[in-house]
Order: sequence, then structure tokens, then C-alpha cells
Amino acid sequence: MRKSGFFLIYLTLNGLLLLFLFVHAFFHTTHAGPLLRENSELVKRLQLTDLCLFTEASYTRHLTQADLNTPFQDYPTSLEHFPSGSLLMPSEMVKRSYGKTD
Amino acid sequence: MFFVYTFVVFMLASVVFFTHAIKREASIVLKEAPEMIIQRTAAGRQELIPVEYLDKIQKIRGVSSAWTRLWGYYYDPVNGANYTLMVSQEYQHGPGTIVIGEGISRTRFAYPGDEMEFRAFDGSMMILQIQGVFPADSELVSSDLMLLSEDDFRRLFGTSKEYATDLVVRVRNPRELSTIALKVSELLPDTRIILREEILRTYDSIFNWRGGMMVFFLVGALLAFIIFAWDRASGLSQEEKREIGILKAIGWETSDVLLMKFWEGLVISLSAFLAGVILAYCHVFFTNSIVFEPALKGWAVLYPTFKLIPFIDPSQVATLFFLTVVPYSVATVIPSWTAATIDPDTVMRA
Repeated sequence: MRKSGFFLIYLTLNGLLLLFLFVHAFFHTTHAGPLLRENSELVKRLQLTDLCLFTEASYTRHLTQADLNTPFQDYPTSLEHFPSGSLLMPSEMVKRSYGKTD
Repeated sequence: MFFVYTFVVFMLASVVFFTHAIKREASIVLKEAPEMIIQRTAAGRQELIPVEYLDKIQKIRGVSSAWTRLWGYYYDPVNGANYTLMVSQEYQHGPGTIVIGEGISRTRFAYPGDEMEFRAFDGSMMILQIQGVFPADSELVSSDLMLLSEDDFRRLFGTSKEYATDLVVRVRNPRELSTIALKVSELLPDTRIILREEILRTYDSIFNWRGGMMVFFLVGALLAFIIFAWDRASGLSQEEKREIGILKAIGWETSDVLLMKFWEGLVISLSAFLAGVILAYCHVFFTNSIVFEPALKGWAVLYPTFKLIPFIDPSQVATLFFLTVVPYSVATVIPSWTAATIDPDTVMRA
């Protein structure tokens, strides 16, 4: 078989696979309603404020509840202690507080 | 070349899929977060808030209800993990019991019926029995969560009945939220107010491109593409030039050579793009972002499993396509045009 034949097979397979993944995403998101509702209900029932993405530091566990006295939020060159702190942006409340002090 | 290209697309697409899925899920799930939270601050830190503040808040016109929240952190010396302890108004299991998140259960090998020991604020030991575990599907909000009764919470942390962690306020008309927030801050100057809109906005920009390591990551990817483009644009190898010379000598037009080189570039970039996107999808939604795990895990002992719902934004995939496929394809044409316009005899003899 010519090389172009292999390439066309590769392209077709990849195209089909990508299509399959998009269909998978479509079905998953349309059937995710009950799960999202359950989680949303849990948030409402327990009055939760944050996603549990990181548990190593309080200010990244509860990003929206963080106060100003945490590493990296005191001033831009302060030392960051936890890896997750360097992945996230500070919360809107912290940014708003800086607006007042800057 | 193909593998490096695929890897760059894979990393970029993984970041795009991961961040978009988290943002979408956060925007849906956190829609039910408290409308307004009032916290007391002292010397820049959050402090316990007096319960008597509730009376003052409830007198504000437009406030329909207000209540206290009790929550805090507990460091478990057994495994070195941090838990979020919380009191729910609807907790029905009574004192001496807890309900734990899937992450705690997994880390501590603790299941319903087991008992867990806690060291109270005064050094005394408290034993609480596990009554249930939150479903694994709710891990994104409850992985490190531990529900317990109000009495147990106060006994564990030594919090008196006159204090709570913060207050939650519900208003009659959501449009009056900012007015009521202003009234609260005037009435209670030692407090800060967190609105639901701010919570949602925080998660909407959680993994912003300006955020710390994201900048380095994107700069890395950008540099990789500049190197690709530079490699292609800086000129062709002697063998490639000779090939073009031969093609020209046997009658190919410059436009034919350019078209062929364009298709060559497109074949490489399209193949790498397709493979990169497919691998990124499998990585984020089938393997729970296993490549990102060390960075996301950090120093955490209790690590939530990111079983994300595959929310895909077609515009982001299209942007990725135009950012990766088009520049490379264009970069291959320029040196080919330079070589194709030189006399075939000179090119072949060089």
C-alpha cells in the first residue's frame, strides 16, 4: 500500500475516534443532569461555598473564604508555600480588598 | 518531530479540557451556594462571629432569613490529612456520630460502623462513629467533608454557644443584595461580606492564564511552537532543496511545489493535532488527569479524584486547531517558496 493510503486510514480512524469522543461527551453531559442536581442539592443543603479541588492549604481548599493573611496573597513577591497556590488565581474577595489598599 | 508536536498539542488540549470542565461544573453546582456570607475579621484574619449579630441582621429590611454556619479544619495526625468539619442544620444522626466524604474513607480505610478518634482542643480524646459516606460521585464537593452534630463540633474545638464560624443571609429580592450588603457593612464594620456572584466569578477565573504556573506552561508551549516554526522557516535541508530542484527540473511549476509542501505540512500538523486532542480527551476524562496529578496533588495527603463531566467547548477546540495547525502549515510554505524560485540547476549542484 502507498504511504498516502496509510495516511488516509490513519486520518479516517482518528476522525472517527474524535467523532466518537464528541458523541461520548454529548451523551455524558446530557445524562449528567441528575448527578449535577444531586451535587447542587448537596451544596444547597450543607451551604457549601467551594469545590474540593485541593486539600493541602485552607486558602486553596476554600478559595472563596480565604483571608488576606495567606502566602502569595499578602503581596506579590511573598513566598508561596503550597504548589496549589501557584496554580490558582486569588478569589474575587481578595482582589476586591486589594483594590482598596493599593 | 511528530511526537513532540503531538505532545505539545496534548498538553495544551488537556489544560483546555480540564479547566473548562471544572469551570462549567463549578458554575452549575455552586449556583446553590449561599447568597450572602458574613464573616467577622480582626487583624486581617477571619474570626468567630458572635451569634447576637443575627438579631441586628434580621432587622434589616429585605432580609428574609439568616442563620449561623459552623465549620472548620481538623488536622488528622494519623495520616497527615486535613479535613473540613461542618455542622449541618439537618444532621439527623445525633451526637457521637459523623458522616464522611469518600476521600476520607479512602485515605483512612474508614467505613460505616467504624470509629474515628479525634483530639479535642483541650487534649482529650473524642470517639465518633461513622454513620455514612458521601457518594463517590459527589467527591468534587465532599471529598474531605465530615459532618457532625453541633454539640460534638463545639466540644471538639471549644467553641462557645455565643459564637459561630460565619453567618448566612437570604434576601427576599436578589436585586437588593448589594444594598443589603452595604447596610450590613455599615451596621457591622468589623465584618466582610462574600456574595454568591463573587463565588461564581472566582471559579469562573480559577485557572486564568495569568495564574502562576499557567503562564510558564503557556509560555513553554508557545516557545515550542516558535522553535517549530523557526526550524521550518529558517530553511530547508540540502536534501529537501535537491528534491525541489529535481521536481522543478522535470517540469513541476513553483505553485505545484508550494502546494505539495503545504500538504506535507498539513499532514504532519493535522495528524499531530488529531492524536493530541484524542489523547488529551482520554487523559482528562478517562484517566482523571493522571499527568497533572503530581502538580494538582501538591503536598496533600487526601487527594480528591477528579471524575469530571466532559464539557467540551467547540470554540476552544477550534481555537486550538487554528493556533497549532495553521502556523505550522504556513511556516512550511515560506522556505519552500524560496527554494522553488531558485534555478533548479543551482539547487541540484549546491
